[in-house]
Amino acid sequence: MSKVRWRNRRAGEERRRRRRAGGKMAAGFKTVEPLEYYRRFLKENCRPDGRELGEFRTTTVNIGSISTADGSALVKLGNTTVICGVKAEFAAPPTDAPDKGYVVPNVDLPPLCSSRFRSGPPGEEAQVASQFIADVIENSQIIQKEDLCISPGKLAWVLYCDLICLDYDGNILDACTFALLAALKNVQLPEVTINGETALAEVNLKKKSYLNIRTHPVATSFAVFDDTLLIVDPTGEEEHLATGTLTIVMDEEGKLCCLHKPGGSGLTGAKLQDCMSRAVTRHKEVKKLMDEVIKSIKPK
Amino acid sequence: MEEERHTEAKIGAETGRGSSPRGPGCSLRHFACEQNLLSRPDGSASFLQGVAEKNRERLIRNTCEAVVLGTLHPRTSITVVLQVVSDAGSLLACCLNAACMALVDAGVPMRALFCGVTCALDSDGTLVLDPTSKREKEARAVLTFALDNVERKLLMSSTKGLFSDAELQQCLAAAQAASQHVFRFYRESLQRRYSKS
Repeated sequence: MSKVRWRNRRAGEERRRRRRAGGKMAAGFKTVEPLEYYRRFLKENCRPDGRELGEFRTTTVNIGSISTADGSALVKLGNTTVICGVKAEFAAPPTDAPDKGYVVPNVDLPPLCSSRFRSGPPGEEAQVASQFIADVIENSQIIQKEDLCISPGKLAWVLYCDLICLDYDGNILDACTFALLAALKNVQLPEVTINGETALAEVNLKKKSYLNIRTHPVATSFAVFDDTLLIVDPTGEEEHLATGTLTIVMDEEGKLCCLHKPGGSGLTGAKLQDCMSRAVTRHKEVKKLMDEVIKSIKPK
Repeated sequence: MEEERHTEAKIGAETGRGSSPRGPGCSLRHFACEQNLLSRPDGSASFLQGVAEKNRERLIRNTCEAVVLGTLHPRTSITVVLQVVSDAGSLLACCLNAACMALVDAGVPMRALFCGVTCALDSDGTLVLDPTSKREKEARAVLTFALDNVERKLLMSSTKGLFSDAELQQCLAAAQAASQHVFRFYRESLQRRYSKS
C-alpha cells in the first residue's frame, strides 16, 4: 500500500476510535449514574430524547384493525404500544340493576412487552392498570349502562374490553385510556329483537349501530423528579428514576374523572394547577386526532 | 411498671354524632388513637381479599415509602399491618392516620408526618369532610387525600366520581385546613404519652 493511503487509513481509524470512545463515555456515565445523567438534561429544560418537559411523544392511532372483534384500536405513544379489542356478548343483567349492561375491562401486560413482567397470573402493575381503567369507565360514564340493556331483567350486552400492551416504554395508563376510547367509538352492535313467541333473541347482523359515547375521557400522566420538577409523558427509564407519578383523567367539559396519585413526592396546589392546564391542552390534541381518524374511516 | 396511657381507642367506630366541633368550620368526627397496642412493633401475616383491599394497600404503601427514610435502614423490611375494627366511612383516611401513628410509635425515622382526609361532594356541590358510609354512597364524588405536615403538600390522592377543577381546589383547601386539626391531635396525644413515662 502507498504511504499516503496508509496514513489516511490510520487517520480514519483514529477518528472512528475517538468518536466511539466519546459515545462510550456517555453511555458509561448513563449506566453508572443514571440520575445525574438525567439531571444534566433537566437543567437545560429538555430530556435525552430531545423533548421539552411538557411535550408528548408522537401519538398514532389505528382503528378497526382487528376484524374478528366488534371494535378495536391500536395506539402508539412513542414506543409504548397498546391494542384494545372489544367483544360484545349476551348476559343476564345484574339482579340489583335489571336495566343495565356490563363493561368489563382487562389490561394485560405480557412478558412480550417488557422483560420486567413474567408469565403467569397478572402482576401488580396489570391489576392496578385494570382497576384504573374500570374506575375511568365508571366515573366518566363514557357509556350509559342502560344503553346496553336489550330486555330489562332478561338480556343485556356485556362488552369485554381487552387491552394488551405490545411494547412497554412508560405511560401505559394514557395509552390504555386512549385505546379504550378509540375502540369503543369503533364498536358496532347489531340490532337484537326478542321474538314474542319463542322468547329467543334474534340478531340482525345486517343492521349495526355505533355505541352512544357520551364523554371522551383523556388521561395525562406526569412524573415528579427530585420533588420539584414535573415532566409529562414519562418513558420507561424516566418512570424508573422518578420520585412520584400523577395521572389526571379529564373529559371535554374540564371535569375530572380521576386524579390518580399513588404516593410519591408531595405536590403543592399551584403545581396541580399547572398539571390541570396541561391536561386541558392534551385533551384538545387527542380529541382532534380522534376526530380525524374517525372521519377517515370509510363507512361500511 | 409502665403506665399505659391510652387516649380513647375508637379507630373508625360509629359515634352517632354528625359532626364534632374540633374547630370553627371543621366537621371531622371524633377520632382517637391507641398507642403501644402491640408489644412487638412489627406485624406478621396479612389477610387480603379482593382488588379493593389490594388497591388500598398499594396507596398506603406508596405514601409510607415516600415519607419513611429507608436509606437509614438498609436491608430492612418494615411491615405495617392494619386491621379494620369497624368501618363507618372514610376508611382509607383512617388507615393512613393509623399507619402514621404506628410508624411514629415504632420509632421509624420519617421526613414528615402524614394524615388522611376524605371529602365528599354532594350532587348540589356541598362539600362534606369525613363523610359517613351512607353519605359516601350517596355522594357524587368522594376524594381522599394524604397530606404531609411540613408544607401541607399532596402526597397521595384517590378519587371516585366526577368533579370539576374548581371543586378539586376547594376540597384540597378544606383538606389542608382539616389536616391541621389532625396534626395537632397527633402532637397532643404524643405529648400526653411521653410526659408520663
